[in-house]
Amino acid sequence: MFYERIKEWQPKLSAAAWASVSSADVERVLARETLQPLDLVVLLSPAAQAYLEALAKKAQALTVRNFGRTMGLFTPLYLANYCSNQCVYCSFHAGNEIARCKLTIEQVIQEGKAISSTGLQHLLLLTGESRLQSGPAYLEECVRALRPMFASLGLEVYPLATEEYRRLYEVGIDSVTLFQETYDEITYAEVHPAGPKRNYHYRLEAPERACEAGISAVNIGALLGLSDWRRDAFFSALHADYLQRAYPGVEVALSVPRLRPYAGSFNPTAAPVTDAFLVQIILAYRLFLPRAGLTLSTRENPQMRENLLPLGITRMSAGALTSVGGYSETNNVGSAQFEIADQRSVPEVVRMIRAKGYLPAFCDWVNMREKDAVGL
Amino acid sequence: MNEIRQSVNPSADSLLIGGVNLLSRLFVGTGKFSAHEIVPRVLAASGSQVVTMALRRVDWKNPQENILNFLPKDTILLPNTSGARTAEEAVRIARLAQAAGCGNWVKIEVVKDQHYLLPDNWETLQATEQLVKEGFVVLPYMSPDLGAAKRLQEAGAAAIMPLGAPIGSNRGLQTKELLRILIEEISLPIIVDAGLGRPSEAAEAMEMGAAAVLVNTAIATAGDPVVMAQAFRLAVAAGRLGYLAGPGERRTTAEASSPLTGFLQEG
Repeated sequence: MFYERIKEWQPKLSAAAWASVSSADVERVLARETLQPLDLVVLLSPAAQAYLEALAKKAQALTVRNFGRTMGLFTPLYLANYCSNQCVYCSFHAGNEIARCKLTIEQVIQEGKAISSTGLQHLLLLTGESRLQSGPAYLEECVRALRPMFASLGLEVYPLATEEYRRLYEVGIDSVTLFQETYDEITYAEVHPAGPKRNYHYRLEAPERACEAGISAVNIGALLGLSDWRRDAFFSALHADYLQRAYPGVEVALSVPRLRPYAGSFNPTAAPVTDAFLVQIILAYRLFLPRAGLTLSTRENPQMRENLLPLGITRMSAGALTSVGGYSETNNVGSAQFEIADQRSVPEVVRMIRAKGYLPAFCDWVNMREKDAVGL
Repeated sequence: MNEIRQSVNPSADSLLIGGVNLLSRLFVGTGKFSAHEIVPRVLAASGSQVVTMALRRVDWKNPQENILNFLPKDTILLPNTSGARTAEEAVRIARLAQAAGCGNWVKIEVVKDQHYLLPDNWETLQATEQLVKEGFVVLPYMSPDLGAAKRLQEAGAAAIMPLGAPIGSNRGLQTKELLRILIEEISLPIIVDAGLGRPSEAAEAMEMGAAAVLVNTAIATAGDPVVMAQAFRLAVAAGRLGYLAGPGERRTTAEASSPLTGFLQEG
């Protein structure tokens, strides 16, 4: 269980420990090829801030060698925003008076067609946490409806049981995205005061259940800025490493979401994740996990996304909406989960990627379930 | 001696795979390039006739993004099963590739380990057996193991593609001794795939007697991929000629006299 690793490392990550890292330590890690968790501490330390350019050069070279000059593209589709949780940082919070809705299957198909017409072939399906409104049976229906239109379908919903993941895998889900939000149990309890999401352990173990169920790829991460970012970044990367070792056949990826403005008034007590800290996190992830995918969403603004792209990012969302529906002109739109900072269209993002000397990859998966599903 | 040594005729040298006589012994991959537009120039510079591409990366919905539309018409397509974790998945991908019009050549790639991307020989063998039965020209990518290579040969593989080093690592011929054994013991063409980072390493593999090499990362991620493709072309040709010419024995010391048997010549 990964929780044991958290318990093992938590006491070691004191403020004094981070401060004790020296520039000599950073230089030693820079010269190494395979890194240990202690090296990850070094890369996330204050001392490593002075070495960002050197770390970036190494991160870029590693990324090009392992992934080439290509950038995977995907977009999210919010199916529903009903939610029984009260995450203090989220617009979907059960207590917020926002427009709630869920797409009918007919609307799901319309949205799928609208997204597919932009050329995108990797789709990430999202909902709030409501087993009543958007339970596994509803998700299954949506997956069946969308499967023939896309090369790959991902799921970013509430944590499921192994059997539920297995069912969804069988009907067509390829990847599961699930953020622990924060690995710090005290903060976790504070920011999730009510609802099923209060269960820290059930969420923590969900990626393993997905792997167990046969899912091909998992994407994890912490919502950076909720709690101490150094610890959360450390545990995110350690978690990814743990999953990769326990499930060597699964493609493990990390996301780097920073807190965004949303409908509500939560002010985190933790220090904000500055641009320089975000860069440090991305570089540390890449050096520690040379083969892990790194996903960047439209939470970051266009300029930031362009600057972060060559540092180790392998996948970006494009033309994204965080409202329920909205891609198809015919459908009404439910309230958005967070504000999008990069509102550029798919062709605009594609042009930017090309201008940076990268190849936008619309398709990097083959649906092995049925013949007609790859558009043959 | 000259009477019994076969004369070497490099111009008649070709590699027979799947009923096709290949003049180029350099296979190239299409992954990791910064733009599809570079690929045809790389192909021209490399002289390659056989080109591998991951079926998962072939974009059927966007013609302007589909790598197949950037390849010369006479290219022999070698779709690979990247993404397959089991024999069954590899078989499915191979069938999809064939149904999509990619021909009947397939490079089996079954990887259960995302950490080092090492191929799983057991699953690879099972996929090879099945696809040979279905009439494919099967080129399995494998970890250089003699027992597995013999079984792949028995299963009807058209060539064996052992790795020189982990894929994308640019580490060169780390598995050299095992490759040497495969070249010696297996009658099928041995095509060194994965890990070759520099033209000199490709030349070395060819000098050892490899039938061909497959290069992707070293070309695609080079500062100038087109020039690097040309460098690999020359290196592969030079290595092949070196092999055909039959290099002299390598010695660690100069040997001018016969200290042990010299007495026989005395008196």
